[in-house]
Amino acid sequence: MSRLAATFAELEKTGRKALIPFITAGDPSPDFTVPMMHAMVDAGVNVIELGVPFSDPMADGPVIQRASERALAHKMSLRKTLAIAAEFRKTNQTTPVVIMGYLNPIEAMGYEAFADAAKTADIDGVLTVDLPPEEAAECTALLKARGIDPIFLLAPNSTDERIEKMDALGSGYLYYVSLKGVTGAGHLNTADVEQKLHQIKARTNLPVGVGFGVKDAETAKAVSALGDGVVVGSALISKIEANLDNPSQAKNEIIELLTAMRSVMDS
Amino acid sequence: MTEKYNMPDVRGHFGPYGGLFVAETLIPPIQELNAAYQQYMNDPEFIAEMDADLQYYVGRPSPLYYAERWSRELGGAQIYLKREDLNHTGSHKINNTVGQALLAKRMGKTRIIAETGAGQHGVATATVAARLGLECVVYMGAVDVARQSLNVYRMKLLGATVVAVESGSKTLKDALNEALRDWVTNVDNTFYIIGTVAGPHPYPAMVRDFQAIIGREAKQQCLAQAGRLPDALVACVGGGSNAIGLFYPFIDDESVKLIGVEAAGDGVETGRHSAPLCAGKPGVLHGNRTYLMSDEDGEVIETHSISAGLDYPGVGPEHAWLKDTGRAQYVNITDTEALEGFHALTRMEGIIPALESAHAMAYTMKLAPTMRKDEIIIINLSGRGDKDMQTMAKREGIEL
Repeated sequence: MSRLAATFAELEKTGRKALIPFITAGDPSPDFTVPMMHAMVDAGVNVIELGVPFSDPMADGPVIQRASERALAHKMSLRKTLAIAAEFRKTNQTTPVVIMGYLNPIEAMGYEAFADAAKTADIDGVLTVDLPPEEAAECTALLKARGIDPIFLLAPNSTDERIEKMDALGSGYLYYVSLKGVTGAGHLNTADVEQKLHQIKARTNLPVGVGFGVKDAETAKAVSALGDGVVVGSALISKIEANLDNPSQAKNEIIELLTAMRSVMDS
Repeated sequence: MTEKYNMPDVRGHFGPYGGLFVAETLIPPIQELNAAYQQYMNDPEFIAEMDADLQYYVGRPSPLYYAERWSRELGGAQIYLKREDLNHTGSHKINNTVGQALLAKRMGKTRIIAETGAGQHGVATATVAARLGLECVVYMGAVDVARQSLNVYRMKLLGATVVAVESGSKTLKDALNEALRDWVTNVDNTFYIIGTVAGPHPYPAMVRDFQAIIGREAKQQCLAQAGRLPDALVACVGGGSNAIGLFYPFIDDESVKLIGVEAAGDGVETGRHSAPLCAGKPGVLHGNRTYLMSDEDGEVIETHSISAGLDYPGVGPEHAWLKDTGRAQYVNITDTEALEGFHALTRMEGIIPALESAHAMAYTMKLAPTMRKDEIIIINLSGRGDKDMQTMAKREGIEL
């Protein structure tokens, strides 16, 4: 059983939901990320999504765009992101790590070389924002052959047919993008999310994580009641951005927010 | 080539290039667009409406002009100019925006968005949006807003909102990113008019089909005026819409050489250029796989060209395919050479070309003398130079 499958199975047994933070590798500096990952685990997160910075993050809002720019200013890359994940894995054998980014860095490395490198780094899942199932067969097969879960996105306008396609091709979990828009945008509508998750759940047995628009403990609580996991990204990265001159303060504020989310999600 | 050229396949692939590389939220609207495009391109009523607009609003057919004096001066092949600069709004861009705007109307969309580099596509989009009474938002890199301020003003006069994009390199690629973000947020009522033959399928094929009128007319005109097919076609390539528009109807005519001219900026060897076909490698950006300028980590690198319209790190996937198959060849011209082309056409024929088109002029100055006097070159004069007066004056140290 993959680390992701085991994690979700264990949570289900205890009736809890996954808390899934997203941070961009190397933001605000490369040495920030590994200690931050360990601290998040201590705060009760279940899966970590590690963003690979990209020059043209087309699906991201301004907060994650700027995180990418800060990381790239430190020459962060896909290779270095994998190195960060490997470093984290040295002292944590249980928390799944999902790499999330865009396709071109993977194309530049080559699909097979990337799959091998991800395996070596002991990555658990790969979510490639601009690689829909239509184009994903080759990359997905290489990842699956190495026991790495390909994670796919679902959107408010995804049809039944597409949900079934993602169910067939994806594993680990499905990531439901709760609103039409970019990361960190607007406010999610709980009733809409509930209705869509009902449609999705009827067509897949995979766990469903919900992201985009989770801003605070309150939204985390609302969303966790609906899906199997809550993804929070821009709200965490905003803490980094607000404390660029004081990274340890950023870390404290991130832990504070995640702790609050964990607490209300479990209550 | 024994089989008739028939690209892309149903999934939008030109060999390994093209395709559909976008986030999930954009898949449904792209499928909806593709269905509408397939339906209306075979609908006689739609085609008739579009043809009427192209004739009476755009001013087509554009002339094929024999540049007799310039041909004599260069001493080789006879040069003909396909006068897309004479179209309404001053470039070939309107051929495509007329078509896509009619599609938007048929699909019931009330809001139009576009990206623009030099501003020609933005102006062409704002123009058709004004005519159809549609809300229009144009994304333009902040660097381009500064260097093409006349076109920014034109767009505003036409009622469009121009958003200066401050992210990344603040040029065309960043404008495209921002337009995609807008589209993903407003998919229900918004139609995204992409200005070049790039983006996710069906854009590369759809924009080509709307621009192919350039080549269809040129072929007919050349046969009528010169009595034979041309020997070479020359066009500048940024994203590559004017080039594919001219080339496409000639692809099965093997005797006709197809030559795309990329922007070499300071020179391809300096790394400061916009020539992915000449000096890039395959990658994925903005929804399609194509030749791309990116570093060894796959990060897209900044491009340089005196012409904002060519300042783009990717290129339409069909050009990537035509390059790999050898059907077309791609060369490059520096900023300095482009300026020579600009001045040559202006002084020899009394026609001021856009800086983009000037790249095609400059390459023709190298090519024509190597050809026989009974041979024919058609250059796509894709746009007029009025928009570049400030850039030219600044470059030459003149205060306007």
